[in-house]
Amino acid sequence: MSSLLTRVRLKQIEQLIEKAKRLDGRGLGDYREIKIEQGLIEKAEGSARVLLGKTEVLVGVKVETGTPFPDTPNDGVLTVNAELVPLASPTFEPGPPDENSIELARVVDRGIRESKAIDTEKLCIEPGKKVFVVFVDIYVLNHDGNLIDASALAAVSALLNTKMPNYEVKDGEVIIKQGYTPLPMKSHPITVTLGKINDKLIVDPWLEEEQVMDSRLSMAFNDEGNICAIQKGGGGYFTQQQILEGMKLAQEKAAELRKKMDW
Amino acid sequence: MNEKPEKLINKKGLRLDGRKPDELRPVKIEVGILSNADGSAYIEHGKNKILAAAFGPREMHPKHLSLPDRMVLRCRYHMAPFSVEERKSPAPSRREIELSKVIRESLEPSVFVEYYPRTGVDIFIEVLQADGGTRCASITAASLALADAGIPMRDLVVACAAGKVDDTVVLDLFDTEDKVGSADVPLALMPNLNAVTLLQMDGILKPEEFEKAVNLAIEGCQKIYALQKEALKTKYMLIEQEEEVEE
Repeated sequence: MSSLLTRVRLKQIEQLIEKAKRLDGRGLGDYREIKIEQGLIEKAEGSARVLLGKTEVLVGVKVETGTPFPDTPNDGVLTVNAELVPLASPTFEPGPPDENSIELARVVDRGIRESKAIDTEKLCIEPGKKVFVVFVDIYVLNHDGNLIDASALAAVSALLNTKMPNYEVKDGEVIIKQGYTPLPMKSHPITVTLGKINDKLIVDPWLEEEQVMDSRLSMAFNDEGNICAIQKGGGGYFTQQQILEGMKLAQEKAAELRKKMDW
Repeated sequence: MNEKPEKLINKKGLRLDGRKPDELRPVKIEVGILSNADGSAYIEHGKNKILAAAFGPREMHPKHLSLPDRMVLRCRYHMAPFSVEERKSPAPSRREIELSKVIRESLEPSVFVEYYPRTGVDIFIEVLQADGGTRCASITAASLALADAGIPMRDLVVACAAGKVDDTVVLDLFDTEDKVGSADVPLALMPNLNAVTLLQMDGILKPEEFEKAVNLAIEGCQKIYALQKEALKTKYMLIEQEEEVEE
């Protein structure tokens, strides 16, 4: 994803960060403007679109019946997939998911799964045989940096918007009835991503900053403010102190974001 | 299917395999065991058995992936079909693709990539047997393979996990603890630079528990680091001895 920026621009970003400023006028700890819209895809059981500055992510949730995993016969199944759609960036190419989209999907998945956001036991129809499978499909529509936070936010918003079909079991057959109930949710994870540029931590890096920063750290927090998932990315490093500093900053930011959500 | 144990730590404070909370599994490392690779290493970390090999610096294939100002590092983490309880399909899974990426990113900061522009180095990791903590053991071995290939590095990268089982923060989780326990924090370190190059977590941890886990994992890394350096030296001592015999 490199070499889209001139070296002059990269230098400018670095120098500004030294003065605790950013090219788009934000402070080091500020998020871009966040807009969330829910339920815009009628054919999906749940959907949400998140705008994080110019980054745009659409998440659709489909609920189908399927078989549970043998080691968790009483639990419904969560599947998260991410598509870096070619129209979202000149660096995205059509084809099977590459390592970036797989990492994105797995980091979002980890946040939802480890915080036990979905009450999967309530998705069991017949233990060991039939359960509901929740497909979370992340569609990146415009890439302007920090896809992880935007996708995680869109995924949770879409899950909160998801309606499950009412059903009854007759002779081992699942019959779909009229009406819907909301997807049973237990927690609402929030993911905060930090970037490291010249040994300074910044919140919510946008595209140009992503090309300057040497590593990123994403942390997901559950409703109680405990950590439920972490992913370090990029070919740089963090010192022990930076990690602990970053955790405190991310925790603060997650709490701040949570206040803004009507969850 | 094994039954899930109810308690992972007994009344004496010992774990299922008899270790203390802050105790590592036995680690055995050998360097330079594959004759066709430019560098190689083999690690036994508990029941984990992992081979790592490095090839390069060499011309990139395909050529257009090479960069004009630096070497390109590529990494493939792969599990043998027989390495786990239930046969794993040899096709790369999404997990393996993610791990290949994070392992590469954990090694990258240690290599002077700017010394070899337009070239590539390939790292191949084969997990022959897995027992929890394979990504960490893989990093420890892969870093040695790079060193054995003679690639200039800032430091060795060493990795170890910490986590939480039964409300206790413990070092170096094995398979059952990883699956049944409540959190796992794998961490990679360049000890001389105090640089953490891999950090992941799943499970749930309070901030203070996370801090404890990070500190414990770093202590674990430092212990393995000593073994890692020892293994590298041993290879060259063996070569020296062989030469003496020939003379």
